[in-house]
Amino acid sequence: MTEIRVRKRLLIVEDIFHEGGPIAATPLKRAAALAVIANPFAGRYVEEIAYFMKELEPLGLYMANRLVAALGGDPTKVEGYGKGAIVGSAGELEHGALWHVPGGYAMRGALGEAKAIVASAKKVGGPGARLDVPITHINASYVRSHFDAMEVGINDSPRADEILLALAMTTGARVHARVGGLKASEVQGKDGLR
Amino acid sequence: MSVKIRKLLTFVDETLVEGGREVSPPVRRAAALAVIENPFAGRYEVDLTVLIEAGAELGELLSQRAVAALGVPGETCQSYGKAALVGENGELEHAAALLHPKMGTPVRKTLGKGAALIPSSKKRGGIGAELDIPLGHKDAAYVRSHFDGMQVSVPDAPRANEIVVAVAVTTGGRPLPRVGGLKHEEAEGKDGLR
Repeated sequence: MTEIRVRKRLLIVEDIFHEGGPIAATPLKRAAALAVIANPFAGRYVEEIAYFMKELEPLGLYMANRLVAALGGDPTKVEGYGKGAIVGSAGELEHGALWHVPGGYAMRGALGEAKAIVASAKKVGGPGARLDVPITHINASYVRSHFDAMEVGINDSPRADEILLALAMTTGARVHARVGGLKASEVQGKDGLR
Repeated sequence: MSVKIRKLLTFVDETLVEGGREVSPPVRRAAALAVIENPFAGRYEVDLTVLIEAGAELGELLSQRAVAALGVPGETCQSYGKAALVGENGELEHAAALLHPKMGTPVRKTLGKGAALIPSSKKRGGIGAELDIPLGHKDAAYVRSHFDGMQVSVPDAPRANEIVVAVAVTTGGRPLPRVGGLKHEEAEGKDGLR
């Protein structure tokens, strides 16, 4: 059992009305929840790290629920999601990979049913490093209008012995989506792809 | 609204641990931002009334959004600040028009009081530029524990013809203040200074 020590949290919410084109009838909302935690494996090689995924679950659920609340509180309005991690310089990329399972399951837990794989990105970086969190449709990865990304970061994080964890959710397509492909209205939602 | 808003953002930043010590209660800070079209981009205009009026409207909108993001009554907020980041085709004076003549009154209305000058900063910058919003105690500018700053940025703004406008409010000062000076509890809040 390792205590999850959160130093800092950041919640980012965007309301997007237009990007030079027609003003959206319903603005697109995007939100990201970030948490900066102590990396229990910083500074040395530890073989057995997988147990830490379980420890991260409550934090993941807290962040996922906070995102749903930030987007208006109705989980059925959430259409896109993604996740990511920035590992401080005394850690390994593999430490960031510990976020895949708890981050993904937390969002599925908060959203009820979500079939698609949660898009993700991770890197090792210093304080202020930015991460582009990829975002895709929650039930069908091929929905082209929902391919998006949200750039996040915190100026004083992650320190060398920390990990910055991120989850992101959106309420819909890019504000002026018009490059074709599978539409959200055509999703079958069986295999998580189409 | 006198100006066209492209997007709105809110950031809620919470510090739970600083210098290895628990911060109890955590310091919570919120910044609300608007990305607006600069009606005077690319030309010299003597009369900046449109932006002065927009400053009042944005002062109300952004202070209300920031307070709502903290989820506390406006009266309980302790410090505040404002800032503007002008895209490359605009002037510093455009930021001044937004921030200085009329923004303060609606911000103070949201917070119940606000005897102190609202600390401000402005600059011109490219897309994604970082903006440091200075923070100071809302009723007594000399409260030393509340001298602070909050860094924000919007990855896709300001475009050349845009301005990013920000208002920040907090539930407290720095996480572990210990450099003396006037304290929050000692502030009289009459002259805005002490």
